Amino acid sequence: MASFAREFTKGLWDEIPPFRFVLGLCAALAVTKSVDGALGMGIALTFVTVGSNVLISLFRKLIPNDVRIACYIVVIAAFVIVVELMMQAYTYALFEKLGIFIPLIVVNCIVLGRAEAFANKNPVLPSIADGLGMGVGYTMALVALASIREILGAGTFWGISVFGPSYKPFTFLLEAPGAFVCLGLMLAVMNIFKK
Amino acid sequence: MQFGDYILLMVSMLFLNNILLAQYLGNCPFLGTSKRLETAIGMAMAVIFVLVMSGAITWVVEEYVLKAYGVEYLRTLAYILVIAALVQLLEMFLKKNIPALYSALGIYLPLITTNCAVLGVCLINVKEQYNFLTSLFSSFFYAVGYGLALVLFAAVRERILLNPVPKPLQDVSIGLVTAGIMSLSFLAFKGMV
Repeated sequence: MASFAREFTKGLWDEIPPFRFVLGLCAALAVTKSVDGALGMGIALTFVTVGSNVLISLFRKLIPNDVRIACYIVVIAAFVIVVELMMQAYTYALFEKLGIFIPLIVVNCIVLGRAEAFANKNPVLPSIADGLGMGVGYTMALVALASIREILGAGTFWGISVFGPSYKPFTFLLEAPGAFVCLGLMLAVMNIFKK
Repeated sequence: MQFGDYILLMVSMLFLNNILLAQYLGNCPFLGTSKRLETAIGMAMAVIFVLVMSGAITWVVEEYVLKAYGVEYLRTLAYILVIAALVQLLEMFLKKNIPALYSALGIYLPLITTNCAVLGVCLINVKEQYNFLTSLFSSFFYAVGYGLALVLFAAVRERILLNPVPKPLQDVSIGLVTAGIMSLSFLAFKGMV
């Protein structure tokens, strides 16, 4: 159980994506215009990471080494299709909002990275913890970035006005350049805390 | 579409809707391979090459396999397999027949499978319901836009390396801020289209 907790918590701070590992940037930049989009993306990615980690860990001794990346991609793509269909059925507004970034979870380097770096060497339980930790860490990072961008850029949080009608929103943060600059500065802040 | 529409589409794909700086696709290799101008040029060429080919093949797959059998929900899986297989085949073909190009593209070819710009453009082509020629056109100019941003960015980054950067901002952090400023300049084309 102690190792389960350790594998889980490393994704929350020590190896939190996309700050410690600069992976999965595209989604981090694109869906963080609003907090609900960021949370939806984070949950979808967590599901895919945990699911593919479990399956790859189960089959780690059967998958031939030469074609392992192809096998991982097929497994990941299957889970992405599951997420895509579920979101289309139950959370259609979010599905529309995230658009092509849901299918693009397939090429999110975090998922493939965990499969290659962790799940193919470890048993199922630690792999679940690892996937869950990375997913939750990524979700936290996305929500933090989205909070800054939505609160300052639109003056709202989860669509609810924060500063009242007199606030003049800093819309730069909602545009593409704002996303890059904001993430860059957040990385710099994280670097200050790095030992 | 008229000739003029194609010109507008081209300008929009190269600058305004630049795949990298406005649509946020393909950022991981963007930051990874842009430290030197030469590697950036290699990566840009590889992306143009693969993107045009996968744009063409995924259009055929979409039209004659997915739509014909009514299995559009398998699109993600089908596309990524097409791209992965294409990259693998291309690597083998180039190694055997055009070794000069193979050594020029080098390690950037296999990396392209997980470049979300490739899959992203193929998905955009479907979403916009482009026909075959327009798909080819869009794949090519999105890829050129990617290459343009990558090469310009690498040139800027080479200069940054020579300057003292505050410690927390070093490497990726200053890279992202630079990308933001470049993205701002690309947005300036908004008045044109």
